[in-house]
Amino acid sequence: MAATEKTIAQVEKLSGGYDAGFYTEIESEKAPKGLNEDIIRFISAKKKEPEWMLERRLKAYYHWLKMPEPDWAKVKFTPIDYQDAYYYAAPKSMENAPDTIDDVDPKLLDTYEKLGIPLREQEMLSGVKNRSAVAVDAVFDSISVATTFKKELKKYGIIFSSLSEAIQNHPELVKKYMGSVVPYSDNKHACLNSAVFTDGSFVYVPEGVRCPMELSTYFRINEMNTGQFERTLIIADKGSYVSYLEGCTAPMHDERQLHAAIVEVIAHEDAEVKYSTVQNWYPGDFNTGAGGIYNFVTKRGLCEGRNSKISWTQVETGSAITWKYPSCILKGDNSQGEFYSVAITNGYQQADTGTKMIHIGKNTKSRIISKGISAGHSDNTYRGVVKVMPGAENARNFTVCDSLLIGNDCGAHTVPYVESRNNTATLGHEATTSKISEDQLFYCMQRGISKEEAIALIVNGFAKEVLQHLPMEFAVEAQKLVAISLEGSIG
Amino acid sequence: MININNLHACVETADGEAKEIIKGLNLEIKSGEVHAIMGPNGVGKSTLSYVLSGRDGYNVTDGSVELDGVDLLKLNPEERAALGVFLAFQYPVEIPGVNMNVFLKAAVNALRKQRGENELDALGMLKLIKGKSKELGISDDMMRRTVNVGFSGGEKKRNEILQMAMLEPKFCILDETDSGLDIDAIKVVADGVNKLRSPDRSFLVITHYQRLLDYIKPDIVHVMADGKIVKTGGPELALELEEKGYAEFLKAEEQEKAA
Repeated sequence: MAATEKTIAQVEKLSGGYDAGFYTEIESEKAPKGLNEDIIRFISAKKKEPEWMLERRLKAYYHWLKMPEPDWAKVKFTPIDYQDAYYYAAPKSMENAPDTIDDVDPKLLDTYEKLGIPLREQEMLSGVKNRSAVAVDAVFDSISVATTFKKELKKYGIIFSSLSEAIQNHPELVKKYMGSVVPYSDNKHACLNSAVFTDGSFVYVPEGVRCPMELSTYFRINEMNTGQFERTLIIADKGSYVSYLEGCTAPMHDERQLHAAIVEVIAHEDAEVKYSTVQNWYPGDFNTGAGGIYNFVTKRGLCEGRNSKISWTQVETGSAITWKYPSCILKGDNSQGEFYSVAITNGYQQADTGTKMIHIGKNTKSRIISKGISAGHSDNTYRGVVKVMPGAENARNFTVCDSLLIGNDCGAHTVPYVESRNNTATLGHEATTSKISEDQLFYCMQRGISKEEAIALIVNGFAKEVLQHLPMEFAVEAQKLVAISLEGSIG
Repeated sequence: MININNLHACVETADGEAKEIIKGLNLEIKSGEVHAIMGPNGVGKSTLSYVLSGRDGYNVTDGSVELDGVDLLKLNPEERAALGVFLAFQYPVEIPGVNMNVFLKAAVNALRKQRGENELDALGMLKLIKGKSKELGISDDMMRRTVNVGFSGGEKKRNEILQMAMLEPKFCILDETDSGLDIDAIKVVADGVNKLRSPDRSFLVITHYQRLLDYIKPDIVHVMADGKIVKTGGPELALELEEKGYAEFLKAEEQEKAA
């Protein structure tokens, strides 16, 4: 091994073991740097969008120019220079969308393969007979590379495609639902996304259909100085069920990168949507905090119909800054919202994450379980809102926020807001803060378990209540990720 | 088996100063022997158990400790565990959310890995746990709970003995295993220890009271005072201590030496 390579390998090892940090050499087509009306027209033209879509984008853009940055999160960073980034980057080979997976640039397929996401359906099925298949939409920088199992899903009437395709093929659904849960004026990051979003996934599950496999999107940011602005829209019609997962990684670049996404979920009467995230964006340099992803995401679900249910589960281990509050609007009577979260920060990461549960309908129920783990010099905040509107008779919420500290230089904060405007509501809140003790570590080590392994064991125990809500396929990966994220957290 | 030679060790105090607790301790335990160390509070008995198992903050300033000729002091706690050092804690530690099964599997496999043996799969582990807990009369229910959380004093100590049985150490230190136990619980724990006695396993039993030694019969009894072993004898020494009390016993010893 050449000396330089050796050094790189060593540095990578020291940087907290981020093994998704590789960069794929690929010829890429970019929009000119910076943001203005022409860029938005460029993106819209690239995607051959209908006029109404372009109009929406421009409306959002001009609103965005006037909007202030949200300032209430407990995160510190230098202001974003919006003109110093690229808003569109796509592999050249994708210029004319390949017809089949065999026409996709092997380099792209290899990238996903390396990340453990095979995109060829037969490969996915081979050797995993006992595992149910997972349909994947793979998004690379600004574009969807491939969506698997589309045909299989079509038999059930399920639409699973990139959002760009959905705009072409199902404009009526996109027009009706996009922006109905997260309006473009919601906040500055969401507004930017509404103007420049490039791709993402679209899911529609028709009435009475129980989706036979897990659906997932795998987001990859590859290019330097490029923002990723994906948008996901999930619609579960009456009495349907779908479980959806998303995973995210990025190479290690020294420059900070912006990721401003929107996820909208709509659940009609008796429908249930389970949305799981394992977020492992590059967290920045372990020792200096340089680089990393700004993860500014607006995720919101609308329980539109009676007895509908939306459940968010997230494992947040990556990103330099996480700003994210997957929320539920409980509009339908008897509807339910759930939020299960594990947020791990290490090195110089900052996370401000939590949820909003807005109770509007009668007998609505919500449940919040948040587990924050801080190590190194990081800062980890839970921020949550539980709001009971006057008409929400017998609304119920139960919240648990637990924080675990590793070492003496990190911070954990819990900021719960509770607002009840109906006196029949029952709201419960529990919070704890604890530290991994020397006693616990020594006890494990005396039994032969190494310090790193002991920390992973203790943290996985701490987060178990949340991890068990992940689909089986993800749970094991998530446990490993927990261990990797905490490497180097104790000297 | 274990050879401790002129051991001196310090503990870091709250103000960051090093305070010498072990002051020239000598001890040799041969294979298959059970030794007891008795002594009043604060003479360094628990410190000795931490020094031998390698806990952070307990620093050896002089002397040597060898297990079957291997210098223990150079090794970190998990390496010592792999060599066969086991400490039954005076206060077993709670680990919330971590299942007993998961913990035992992690420990057994960590040791197997260090020893270059194959790791056990879930089924193999289950068999091992079932077998050992049955031998020791421990209920399956305890295995489904999280490590030491909500365990009674007796359950915690039985859990220590179960771990000892699972990890099959060479050299076991029992740090005041009788503290906080009623007579019945002491019998159960002592029974467990007696089942584990074997010609290639040694024990160091640390206790205040002779009572435990009625059930775990030692070969040799040592009296510890001020960081050293001041007297060594047979089981009858424990009875003598019980009768006289530590203060009188130590005073008599001093007078004898002076004379």
